[in-house]
Amino acid sequence: MSDRIFGGIGLMLSLLYIWRATLIPDSFMSDAVGPRAFPYGIAAVMALASIWFLIKPDPEPEWPRLGRLAEIGFAALVMIAYAQLLPELGFVISTAFAAAYLTWRLGSSPLQSVLIGVGTSLGIYAIFHLVLGLSLARGPLGF
Amino acid sequence: MELLASLGDGFAVALTWQNLGLALMGCFLGTIMGALPGLGPSNGVAILIPLAFTLGLGATPSLILLTSVYYGAMYGGRISSILLNIPGDEPAMMTCLDGYPMARNGRAGEALALSGVASFVGAFFATWGLVLLAPQLVKVALLFGPAEYFALFALAFMTLGGVSSTNQAKSAFAAALGLGLAMVGVDTQTGVPRFTFGEVHLYDGIDFLVAIVGLFALSEVFIFLEHRGTDKDASTAPKLDIGRITPSWKVLKSCTPTMIRTTILGFIAGVLPGAGASLGSFISYSMEKKLVDRDNTFGTGDPRGVAAPEAGNNAAAGGALVPMLALGVPGSGTTAVLLAVLLSLNITPGPLLFTQNPDVVWGLIAALFIGNFMLLAMNIPMVGLFVRVLMVPPRILMPIVAMVSFVGIYGISGSSFDLMVMIAFGVAGWLLRKLDVPLVPVILGTLLGNAMEVNMRRAVTIADGDYSVLFGSWLTLALWAVAIVGFVLPIFVGGVVKARMRGAAEREAAITD
Repeated sequence: MSDRIFGGIGLMLSLLYIWRATLIPDSFMSDAVGPRAFPYGIAAVMALASIWFLIKPDPEPEWPRLGRLAEIGFAALVMIAYAQLLPELGFVISTAFAAAYLTWRLGSSPLQSVLIGVGTSLGIYAIFHLVLGLSLARGPLGF
Repeated sequence: MELLASLGDGFAVALTWQNLGLALMGCFLGTIMGALPGLGPSNGVAILIPLAFTLGLGATPSLILLTSVYYGAMYGGRISSILLNIPGDEPAMMTCLDGYPMARNGRAGEALALSGVASFVGAFFATWGLVLLAPQLVKVALLFGPAEYFALFALAFMTLGGVSSTNQAKSAFAAALGLGLAMVGVDTQTGVPRFTFGEVHLYDGIDFLVAIVGLFALSEVFIFLEHRGTDKDASTAPKLDIGRITPSWKVLKSCTPTMIRTTILGFIAGVLPGAGASLGSFISYSMEKKLVDRDNTFGTGDPRGVAAPEAGNNAAAGGALVPMLALGVPGSGTTAVLLAVLLSLNITPGPLLFTQNPDVVWGLIAALFIGNFMLLAMNIPMVGLFVRVLMVPPRILMPIVAMVSFVGIYGISGSSFDLMVMIAFGVAGWLLRKLDVPLVPVILGTLLGNAMEVNMRRAVTIADGDYSVLFGSWLTLALWAVAIVGFVLPIFVGGVVKARMRGAAEREAAITD
């Protein structure tokens, strides 16, 4: 079933791709092929592969239970929040939070998580910023 | 003689303090990354690319650092295979079969040292193979026009699933996805934006480094989150004593013919498109088992069963560099990532690389030789250190991997937008992995998509809009023929090979448990 859904999504994706490709404007300079032909070919391959999934799906993969799925969703959300807050809060603070969350969810106890989070953040800061001179996001406190 | 002179120049490039230091660092980091379950060579190199890039290293130093990581990871993969019965990366799977039983018999140190020597033999002679074979392939490649290149790219995609692929439709889907993503951005030939949805950040296209780090490194973090606390959790495996860490001469001597045979076999498997290191170690092990396993000791801790796959997979790693450097078309996941390194340094691999940037090519090859000796020196006496690194639990390791990925990508562009794209790739990578869709064709598609299209359009434009030029010469026809055979063959034999690889590993696990 998963493969059938996947095939359906793939088919929609390829149709969407073809539609967006038809919208590519022509340019005043053009070659014999133009900017649309190759994308059409790609979409055709994708559509054929997707139809194949619909006709002949693989055995069902082992999906995680709902709780674990939410786990992955939350981790992604934390990463998104991290990406947004990085320029605001600076590297050290936001990284400490994100790393602490991830290690907590991977099985550290709460106290350990805080220590590992702070340690990870300071360790990366020391190695990459202080030793290697990489510019990391600066927060209001200057680090 | 010309070869030796070029190689000498290469050593002159590689033997600076900075490059030696980078090679040492790369070998060390690579071994660690290879050893840690879940961080294979592709991941290891992927995480470090943005760093090499943002540190402002030149082309040759970056390449030296990253190929050292590549070779190092190939060495390191065996450590967790032998000690924990968990392959550090896919090619190291076959090493579990005899390595883990050897460790259970109290010969862990011996197995580690022997496999270190076997890795060295495989990698060392494969590097010589690279020196000898790559310039010959370049001569062929110089005959290639745009139509031949288009066919060659098609060949790379169609054979990438490889003989061990179970579902070619999924490889094809992955390749189309990658190629489709490569189209995003301003068209280089006509200057019109494509698939950008009016988003200015997308006009430059999607940075393949962002895609690689997201697909490989971040999706790994998600996999660990999914499997925490289940029996697939790597952190719960029992620990073992190491024992003596030098192999006896007797064992080395008995393994020498094995190492020589499997080196040759592995190198060939590495050069061929669509085979790569996993297959190299698999056929090496199977062949040795057929040839020398008279007393049925393979699978119960036979040293030759440790030496065979290790020499095979390291030789394949060297062999895989041949098509990557000479043709610009990688045959495996990690070499695809190395291609990303070259492209992000504005170096186009392929036949012209050897004439235009000989210092890069030969410096790199010299660095491979040096790195090999460093790895041998590092892996025999210091193996205890790497074993200790293995004890770092994933709950500490994976957050570090995630955060270093963010640092690297943020370092390149300094924009949150790229980070968001990377997270999207991470989630997509996890989904695709669940659905058994290979990720390497996606990467290769984003890397080669534009070059493939440019060659196709150039060929057709030169022929005044006649598409038949793509099949117009004997060389293109030969390439297409190989491509089609490479795509169709796995449909018939692929399931068999893969089932055997899995079956062999599982039978073994059943015996040792």
